[in-house]
Amino acid sequence: MASLKKYEDELPESLIAEIENEMSARNIPQAKADKIMQRIISDYNNMKAEPGESVGIVGAESIGEPGTQMTLNTFHFAGVAEMNVTLGLPRIIEILDGRKNISTPSMDIYLKKPYSTGQDIDKIITKIKETTLSEVASEFLISIAESKIDVRLDEGKYKALGTTDVAFLKVLKAGIKSVSVSMSDNIVTFKTRSKEQSFSDVFNLKEKIKKVFIKGIKGIKQVLPVKTVSGEVMIITAGSNLKKILALEEVDSSRTVSNDIFEVEKVLGVEAAREAIIREVWKVIQDQGLNVDIRHIKLVADTMCQRGSVKGVTRYGVVKDKSSVLARASFETPIKHIINASLTGEVDPLNSVIENVMINQPAPIGTGLTRLISKQN
Amino acid sequence: MEDEKRLSPIEIRTRFEKITDNDLRVLGYNPSSVRPEWLILTLLPIPPVTMRPSITLESGERSEDDLTHKLGDIVRINQRLFENINAGAPEIIIEDLWDLLQYHVTTFFDNDIAQLPPARHRSGQPLKTVSERIKSKEGRIRHNLTGKRTNFSARTVISPDPTLELNEVGVPRIMAEKLTVPEKLTEWNADYLKKFVERGPTKYPGANYIVRPDGKRKRLTSETIESSLEELQPGYIVERHVMDGDIALFNRQPSLHRMSMMAHKVKVLPGKTLRLNPAVCHPYNADFDGDEMNLHIPQTEEAKAEAELLMMVQQHLISPRYGLAIIGCVQDSVAGIYLLTQKDLEIPRHEAIDLLYSIGVDDFTGFSRKEMVPGKEIFSMLLPQDFNFRGKSRSKEEPEVVIESGRLLKGVLDKSNIGQESGLLIRNIHTRYGQDFTADFLGKIFRLGIAVVMRRGFTVAIDDADLPQEAKDQIDQIFESSDREVKKLIDDYYKGNLEILPGRSISETLEIRISELLSKSRNKAGEVVENYAKQNSHTIIMAKSGARGSTLNLAQIAGMVGQQSLRGKRIEHGYRDRTLSVFEKGDLGTDARGFVRSNFKGGLKPHEFFFQAMVGRDSLMDTALRTPKSGYLYRRLANGLQDVKVEHDYTIRDAGNRIIQFRYGDDSIDVSKSEGGKINVRRIIDEEMNSHGQS
Repeated sequence: MASLKKYEDELPESLIAEIENEMSARNIPQAKADKIMQRIISDYNNMKAEPGESVGIVGAESIGEPGTQMTLNTFHFAGVAEMNVTLGLPRIIEILDGRKNISTPSMDIYLKKPYSTGQDIDKIITKIKETTLSEVASEFLISIAESKIDVRLDEGKYKALGTTDVAFLKVLKAGIKSVSVSMSDNIVTFKTRSKEQSFSDVFNLKEKIKKVFIKGIKGIKQVLPVKTVSGEVMIITAGSNLKKILALEEVDSSRTVSNDIFEVEKVLGVEAAREAIIREVWKVIQDQGLNVDIRHIKLVADTMCQRGSVKGVTRYGVVKDKSSVLARASFETPIKHIINASLTGEVDPLNSVIENVMINQPAPIGTGLTRLISKQN
Repeated sequence: MEDEKRLSPIEIRTRFEKITDNDLRVLGYNPSSVRPEWLILTLLPIPPVTMRPSITLESGERSEDDLTHKLGDIVRINQRLFENINAGAPEIIIEDLWDLLQYHVTTFFDNDIAQLPPARHRSGQPLKTVSERIKSKEGRIRHNLTGKRTNFSARTVISPDPTLELNEVGVPRIMAEKLTVPEKLTEWNADYLKKFVERGPTKYPGANYIVRPDGKRKRLTSETIESSLEELQPGYIVERHVMDGDIALFNRQPSLHRMSMMAHKVKVLPGKTLRLNPAVCHPYNADFDGDEMNLHIPQTEEAKAEAELLMMVQQHLISPRYGLAIIGCVQDSVAGIYLLTQKDLEIPRHEAIDLLYSIGVDDFTGFSRKEMVPGKEIFSMLLPQDFNFRGKSRSKEEPEVVIESGRLLKGVLDKSNIGQESGLLIRNIHTRYGQDFTADFLGKIFRLGIAVVMRRGFTVAIDDADLPQEAKDQIDQIFESSDREVKKLIDDYYKGNLEILPGRSISETLEIRISELLSKSRNKAGEVVENYAKQNSHTIIMAKSGARGSTLNLAQIAGMVGQQSLRGKRIEHGYRDRTLSVFEKGDLGTDARGFVRSNFKGGLKPHEFFFQAMVGRDSLMDTALRTPKSGYLYRRLANGLQDVKVEHDYTIRDAGNRIIQFRYGDDSIDVSKSEGGKINVRRIIDEEMNSHGQS
């Protein structure tokens, strides 16, 4: 079978790969193969989106219209092996808003070879999971008179941490400032340095102490090992900390993903964030059993990432970056946009759709894109 | 305030004036078009009266516009300030007046500032000043600039008419007499157009107006007809009544996608509703429970041409959302085609010909000569002679659909082949034979399905849901055994013997296990119903063909309704540790948490009915809350992406000419021209391999 390299200029890679795959399964004589390629090329050219096609609006429609069919039910519990993640319309809104704090951050952690069979899975889990003081403590004793707090540790759980007393104290000291910490006999004592402490201050301190970080990776609240269909062991988490997780040697960093788009952007850059947007929106659409082509999602993701950072489809993000004043003003907060435009003396070139609708003339899109030019002389 | 001293506007202005042009550029101003001192007004521009017209009421009273009121205030205070300054009044008074003037000027522009009390009418209602005129949905931008009103449009209730073609719309006579199409009078069509003018506005098809070359419109009435007729000469425009074959845009709100507004051919009909083929309900998302739709008549030749070339129904058979047919057979016609293509169905030849003729087939040259014609051959009459297709159907007995050389050889056709949003058969016909053939084909199979159902008779009876005693016993057993198991789980839970699932608490584990058990028991009951229900009952036919309903619905009617779940969980105990007061506190058992053991036919117990109502209410709430949310998301998306388009070099750019993608969707394929988003490579190879050289 001759290589299809020569068609590279005419067909997209993904299509060539598919043809190669289909053809290699069969024995096709060269003459036929050429003919087939000619036909695919002509079919492909007929299938191309034509210049002027308003793919933006079509994309918006294709995501907006099934939005009415999505459920508002935020959470999803189907089956045993599922974490509690936001799905449906709220999740789509969250992604497209470009929110920095999403409601249920989560990670899918894949493991490298020996660990992916389930080896040392418990060790990895304890290594990853964020442990706070309250999880190893059995009792909190508050003494208001002395404004100190004694924490009795649960012996078994404390031993399971596998740290020494000295190291443990160090971690505690790093975790909470302006308090003296001492330890004797399974009891950790926190004492405020300043003399005068009101009752509520001590109480607040207790709440703070409860949350002191001891071990694991910050932000990973819950860990759930799962066997995939192919028999591989992976870990699903609630809470996300991509940077730290990817640094672990047991983790297969090429497949591990986080659903927090802002975090992905911070750690891996915009291109990764674009992929993350596509993947996350696609996941919701699939979960809801809707039929939306991935190209529409790609277009939205690309628009959001066009400026080099993730921007939400809101008046602060994508719409703010529009070149036309009238287009911005017609969306939300018109007064603000008009005032700012007048301050800087902006000129509207009437390039986009909405301004031309306003002044009753054809917009430069679709059939309005082409104009007749007459030759002088 | 500066150093405890108030800065006067004059002072601020002089300071602004001192900023150099270069500094302004650093600050982000463009000094050639704007200077910061312009922010402090020395003159107030007065808008012309056209912007603030006064209204004369019937009583002769004149009512001034809000802006005029405001301007009056400003002039009044300004005059007083002037007089006081001239009279040398004390500083406090001058300052007060100055502030008051400032207040009036401010509220003239914006009467909605948080720190200031809004200026009001004498009646107490706040004045609508400049900024309020622009803002919000009812403001100038969204109400008058972005949204416009139009003539030559109509709106009324819709009703179905399967005898119409897909791309036709039935227009009532009264509407057709009001809606007009302009036609230019030339020497070649003069006689034709004069007849319309002769008939005038009351006799259909007539004309309502004539337009002189200078643009003057003349209304046709019984008095003006004669003079108009004499006046007519080439160059005049006659606005004649809409007639069969004219192009009209047909639309239903909410216009969520481009298929919400399509071009149809007008068909003037008696009656008072707009009519459409029920197969196009789906793209419009219309039904006939009182829905209304809009009709627009394009007026220029460009508009008509564009509507016909780009917006006709057959242009939109394939949805740009997923690349499959959005229009297909629904309900009765699915059931009808399903019945017709059954394995052993045979129809006497004369009846078959009658059937086909009734849906518009009149060429029977290739038709079977047999005395009894198989149903599949009847269907094959609609297929093109050289059409090949392989697909799957929902049926378990004949899962494969094979069409060779335009003959349906194997398989029952059901929703998965001819239905909307799924019809691969239709998609294939569309790629091979084009949109016009497909639209015609769709219309024919739609009518064929209905004709079959009408001849055969199709109804649903209550005894479709009858089960033999044996089945009832089995369902009882299923319920009892799962109830027992649930009780055991609860027992284990209290004793602490329950095996905890990883990452879950004990009570969560219990809930998950119980939910699993109960859903299993409902499924089992469903299977029993499916096995024991009469296989040839119409309810089952509807479910199997995909026309309407599912075996689950039948299972709920005949077997048991099953667990009612609220937000993915069993119905929770409220504040008082029980769902309803008929149960004991803390009861975790099946019926106390919303399991409905009864079926709809036998009737629900009161508590079961209550749980059903709970879930029903929840789903109503869900829809009511979802609509505005998704509407806003859609509006934002549309606004954000509206000027993204394909450029001449096939890159995707926005209005600022910024490149968003180098190729649309990484491969430039337009979804509405693809087959489910792909090129069907396998089919092309197969076809070429079988073509044996000639093509």
